[in-house]
Amino acid sequence: MLELRDVSVRYGATLAVDDVSLDLPAGQVLAVLGPSGCGKSTLLRAVAGLEPLSHGTIRADGRDLAGVPTHRRGFALMFQDGQLFAHLTVARNVAYALRLRRTPASRTAARVRELLELVGLTGYDDRLPATLSGGERQRVALARALAVEPRLLLLDEPLSALDATLRERLAGDLREILGLARTTALLVTHDHEEAFALADRLAVMRDGRVVQSGAIDEVWRAPVDEDTALFLGYARVLRGDAARRVLASGGLPGADAVAVRRSAMVVDPAGTLAARVESARVTPDQVRLVVVVDGIGRLDAVAPLGSRVAPGDPVRLRIDVTRLAGLPIVAGP
Amino acid sequence: MKHACVRAAKLVSVALAALSLAGCSLATSGQEDDRGTEPQGQPGTGGTVVLATHESFALPKKLIRQFEDESGYTLEVRASGDAGTLATKLSLTADNPIADAAYGIDNTFASRPLGEGVFAEFAPTTTPPAAYALADGADRLVPIDSASVCVNVDSAWFGAEKLDPPTTLADLADPAYRDLLVTPGASTSSVGMAFLLATVAEYGDAWPDYWTDLLANGTKVVDGWEDAYYGDFTSTAKAGTRPIVVSYDSSPAFTVSGEESTTAALLDTCFRQVEYAGVLEGAANPAGAEALIDWMLSDAVQSALPESMYVFPVVETATVPKDWARFAIRPETPYEVAPDEIAANREQWLTQWMDVISR
Amino acid sequence: MDGRHLPVRRIAGLLLLALGPVLVLGVLFVLPVSGMVAQGFWVDGRFAPGEVLDVLARPRVHRIAWFTLWSSSVATLVAVVVGLPVAHALHRLRLPGRSVLRAAVLVPFVLPTVVVGVAFRTLLGEGGPLGFLGLDGTPVAIISGLVFFNVALVVRAVGTAWESLDPRPGEAAAALGATPLQVLRTVTLPALRPAIVGAASVVFLFCATAFGIVLTLGGVRYGTVETEIYLLTTTVFDLRAAAALSVLQIVVVVALLAVSARLRQVPDPTAQRVVALPRSVRRSDWPVLSATALVLVAVALPLVSLVAGSFETSGGWGLDNYRALTTSGDNRALLVPVTAALATSLRTAVDATWMSLLVGLLVAALVTRRSHSVAERRVRSVLDGFFMLPLGVSAVTLGFGFLITLDQPPLDLRDSPLLVPMAQALVALPLVVRTLAPVLGAIDDRQRQAAASLGASPARTLLTVDLPVVWKPMLAASGFAFAVSLGEFGATSFLARDDTPTLPVVIYRLIGNPGELNYGMALAASVVLAATTACVMLAVERLRVPSLGAL
Repeated sequence: MLELRDVSVRYGATLAVDDVSLDLPAGQVLAVLGPSGCGKSTLLRAVAGLEPLSHGTIRADGRDLAGVPTHRRGFALMFQDGQLFAHLTVARNVAYALRLRRTPASRTAARVRELLELVGLTGYDDRLPATLSGGERQRVALARALAVEPRLLLLDEPLSALDATLRERLAGDLREILGLARTTALLVTHDHEEAFALADRLAVMRDGRVVQSGAIDEVWRAPVDEDTALFLGYARVLRGDAARRVLASGGLPGADAVAVRRSAMVVDPAGTLAARVESARVTPDQVRLVVVVDGIGRLDAVAPLGSRVAPGDPVRLRIDVTRLAGLPIVAGP
Repeated sequence: MKHACVRAAKLVSVALAALSLAGCSLATSGQEDDRGTEPQGQPGTGGTVVLATHESFALPKKLIRQFEDESGYTLEVRASGDAGTLATKLSLTADNPIADAAYGIDNTFASRPLGEGVFAEFAPTTTPPAAYALADGADRLVPIDSASVCVNVDSAWFGAEKLDPPTTLADLADPAYRDLLVTPGASTSSVGMAFLLATVAEYGDAWPDYWTDLLANGTKVVDGWEDAYYGDFTSTAKAGTRPIVVSYDSSPAFTVSGEESTTAALLDTCFRQVEYAGVLEGAANPAGAEALIDWMLSDAVQSALPESMYVFPVVETATVPKDWARFAIRPETPYEVAPDEIAANREQWLTQWMDVISR
Repeated sequence: MDGRHLPVRRIAGLLLLALGPVLVLGVLFVLPVSGMVAQGFWVDGRFAPGEVLDVLARPRVHRIAWFTLWSSSVATLVAVVVGLPVAHALHRLRLPGRSVLRAAVLVPFVLPTVVVGVAFRTLLGEGGPLGFLGLDGTPVAIISGLVFFNVALVVRAVGTAWESLDPRPGEAAAALGATPLQVLRTVTLPALRPAIVGAASVVFLFCATAFGIVLTLGGVRYGTVETEIYLLTTTVFDLRAAAALSVLQIVVVVALLAVSARLRQVPDPTAQRVVALPRSVRRSDWPVLSATALVLVAVALPLVSLVAGSFETSGGWGLDNYRALTTSGDNRALLVPVTAALATSLRTAVDATWMSLLVGLLVAALVTRRSHSVAERRVRSVLDGFFMLPLGVSAVTLGFGFLITLDQPPLDLRDSPLLVPMAQALVALPLVVRTLAPVLGAIDDRQRQAAASLGASPARTLLTVDLPVVWKPMLAASGFAFAVSLGEFGATSFLARDDTPTLPVVIYRLIGNPGELNYGMALAASVVLAATTACVMLAVERLRVPSLGAL
C-alpha cells in the first residue's frame, strides 16, 4: 500500500535520509529499526508530510503524495508521548477527528465508546490527560488515531516512554488491535523487542540508509552484517576459528563469522563443548551464565532454573542451532 | 582549567560592571547633587532657597550666579507641570510646604492656593504697578510678569489669499473665515482656558452660543498649545492648514523674516495672564524667599524675561529686546475676569464648554 | 510535625517572607494612593463617602468610563489579533534578522508618549501624508496609538510561549485531518491561552491608564478616566471627584486581575519543556509573513517620520539638530543641555533597575514556590495580583500622593534623589515579575531536593540550582526595566526637579517652546532616546533564553 522509492531528506547540509526504498503491503506492520540519529524519525515525518523530500517519491495506494499536505494524507500519527490535547477530555480527544469531519453527535459518541472499549479504557470519558498515567495516555492516543480508520498508522517509538511490564502488555494489546482492525502501520523504533512484538516486516536503518529489509523472521535469521546482528539482539559475533568450532559443534557447515544469541548455548551434561563458568545470574526465565570455552573465549550461556551452577564449575554446553546466524561478511571489525 | 578561567573572567567582568553602575547610581552621588551641604559662591548667610515653579521657568545661568553671589543663598529650582499642577501641589501641601517661594501662579489659578492659606504676607522692596495687583491677595502674591493670550494670524497666508484678516472675536464666527481657526482646548491647556475666559468676558452668559457658532464655522479644537502652533498653524507647522491660531501676544516676535514678521496678534481678542510669586507660609527659609522675589523684580531679571520665558516684564524700568519692541505688541485693553469669579465658576464653565465641544 | 498545623505554618512563613516586598509596595504605592483618595473622602474633617459616590452617578463620568472601557478593550483585542502573526513569524520561523526585528518591535513600548503623539500627528494631521483619512482626533487615532505602543508586549509574551510549545499535538492533529487553520484554532491557541490572557491583561491595564496618548491623539473631545483624573485634580481641583475616579480605577483593576488569574493556569513545573527549533520559511507561510510585514510597516511609519523630521533643519537636510543637543536650545529653552539630560536618564534608569530587580526577584521567588494547600495557593495568587496593581492606577494620583504622604520623617522621601527612580521602579516591577516568575516556576523541585540530600544548605542550593537558571533572565528583566525607566514620563514629570530633568521631560519642554530649532532638537533627542532603548533591547535579546520566561 505504501511505496518509497529513492527517498532522500536533507536537513541543511546533512542528508538525514539517504536513498531509501521500502514497500509496505496493506494490512501489515513494518518496523524501521535503527539507533538514535539514524534518520528513522525523519523518514516517518517525511511519510507523514511534515518534512519535505529532497529526492524520491512516496506513493500510497498508487498515488504520488508529492504536494499533498499532511491533513489530506489520511495517515494518523502516534508519538511516544506528549501528543494529547491537554485542554480536552479523553472523550473529546478521541472524538477530535470525527468532529473535524462533522460526524453527527450520536455516531461520534457511539464510536468513542467503541474505541475506548477497544483500548480498555471504558469509563474514562471525562478524565483530563494530565490525570492519566503514561500507559493510559498512549491508549487514548491510539484510540484517537484509529477513530477515523486511517489507511496508514504512523508510530514513532510508541512504547519507549513506558516501563517494562507495561510495555509488554501494551505491545500485546497493540498487536491485537492492529490485527483486528487490519490496519497498515509503519513503526520506527530503536528497541528490537518492540519491533519483534509488533511488526510483520522489518527494515534496519543506519546513517540514513536501509541496510536490510524483509519479513521479520527472515531478517532475524540472516542479518546482513555484524552491526545489524548486534542491533537485532544477537549478543556476540564470533569470527574465524571460534566461529568454525561453534558451528562444527552444532553440526552446521563452517562460516567465517557467526552471530550468537545469549540463549544459543544451553547447559547440558550431554553437550559437545566443554566450558568453565565465570559468572552466574538468576533471571525469572533461566539462569544466565558467562562461560569460558577453550579455544573460543568468553561466551554467554543459559541453564534451566533450578540448576546449581557456581563460578568455577565445569559445564558442558549444547548448541541450539535456531539461535545462531551465519553472517556473510568476513571482514574483521 | 580553561573553562574555570573563562568563568572567572566572566565573574570579574560582571563584578566590574556592577561596580561602575553602582557609581552611576543617583543614590551614591547624592553628595554631589545636594547643594544644600555645599553652598556655592561666597560664604555669607548661606543656606538654600527652594523655588517651586512650573516647567516653563527659565532664567540665564549668569543671572542666577549673580543672585547667589550677592545674596549668599543657593538657589534650588523645583519645576514640574504647568500652572494648574503647581497650584494643586501648593494647595495640597499647604501645611508642609515643598519649597520656600513659589513662582508661576497666574490670575486664573490664584484663588485656589490663596484660599488654602499657602502664601505668607510679603511686601517687596520694588512695588510693581498697581494695574497688575490682585484685587484680593495683593499683600501675598507679587506680580512678576504678564503675557496675553491672543488670536494670531498668518499675515503671509492672508496676503497670498488676498483676504483681510479678522480683527475681533465676532469675526472668528464669520463664514468668511470658515475652517481657518485652530485653538487649544480649555480643559487641556491654559492658553485654551484663557481664550475661553476671553469669550466669557466678551459675551457674558451667552458665551456657549458664541462657541456653538465657532464650532459651526469649522473651528478645530486640539489638545495643547504646541499641537495647535506646531501641528496646524500654517506659519510654523510643517504641514499646517490653519492660518488663525490662539497663541501669545509675543508670538509674532518669533516669526520674523527679514524686516517683517509673518504673523500678527489680534489685539482686540486678548486675555491677560499675570504670573505671581509669593513666599510660602511655613517656609524653611523665608528670608531667602523674600530676597529671591526682590531679585526677580530687579531690572536685570525683568529685562531677561522676554527672551527666557517669552513674557513681558511688569516693572516699567525694564528693557525689552528690539525685536520684541517692534513685533510683540502688548494689548492695551485686554479682557479680564476677576480671579474669584474664575474660581467660583471654572468647573461649571469647563463642563459647559466640554458639553458644547462634544455635541 | 503535626500535619494539621503544617499548612498554617507554611502560610505564616510565606507571609513573613513576603513582608519585605509588601512593605515596599505599601509605602510607595498604597500609602500615596490612599492619601490622595482620602483627600476626597474627608471633607472639612468629616468622613463623607456619600458625596464621592454621588460623583460616580454623574452622566459625564458614565460617558468617560464607558469610553475608557470600550476603547481599551478594542485596543487590546486589536493588539492581540495583530500581534499573533508577528509573534509566530518572529519566534517560530527562521527569518533573517529576526533578533533585530524583535528588538525593533519593542522600541515603541519604551518611547515617551509625547514623542509618539507628535509623530502620529505629523502622519495623521490635516496636512500629513495620511491626513486624507481624516483620522485626526478620532477614536481610531487613539486606538491606533494604543496598539502601536502595546503590540510589542503581545509579540514578546505570546512569542516566547509559542517557542516552548510542544509541536507534537499540532502534528498529530494535522495527521488526523485538521487543516493548518483548524490546528491553530483547536490546538495551538488553546495551548497558548495562558500566555495570551496574561499579555492581554497587562495590555488592557496599560491602555486603560494611558495618558499622553489619549491627550495628544484624541484632542479634547475624548477623555478617559485617567485624563479626567488629571483634569479634575489640576484644572478644576475637584479632589472628591478625582478620588471617586481613582477608586473606580482600583476596583476595575482588581476585578480584571482576579478574572485573568482564573483564566491563566499556572504551568506545571515538572512538565517537560520542549524547545522547538525555529523552522525554515515555507511557501505556505505567506499569509503570516504578509500580515507581519504589514504590522511592521505600520509600526515603523511613525518612527520613520520621527527620524525624518529630526534631520530637517532650517537650511534643508542636515545634522544641525543633533549638534545642538549639547546646547541648551534656542533662546535658552532649557536649563541643562540634552546630553546632560540623557546622562540623568541613564543614571535614573540604573537606580530604577536595581530597585525593581531586587523587589521583583523576591516577589517572583515568593509566588512560584510550590503551594501545599489550597489556602496557600490563594494567598500566593493574591500576592501576585497585589504587585500588579501599580499598573492600573493613575500616575497623577500616585504622583500627588507621594507629595502629600511621604513628607514626614521617617518617610520623608519627598526630597530624595531616589524618588523618581522609585516611581519608575513601581511601573517596571510587574514586568520584572512576569519575566522571572515563569523561569523560577520551571525549576524542577527535585533538583533542589537532590542538592539538599547531597548536603547542600538552603543558601548553597540557591546558588547551585536556582542561580544558574535565573541569571540570564535576570539580566533580561533588568534590560526591560532599564528601557521602561528610560521612557517613563507620567510619574516622572510630576516628581522631577528642574536641575535634573530626565530626557523625556526635556523633550516635552523642547516641544513646548517656540522656535524651529527647539522642535528639531526635540525630534533629534527622541531619536537618540529611541536608539538607546533599541540598543538596550538588542542586548536583552541576546540574553533571552527561549522556552523560559514570559517576556
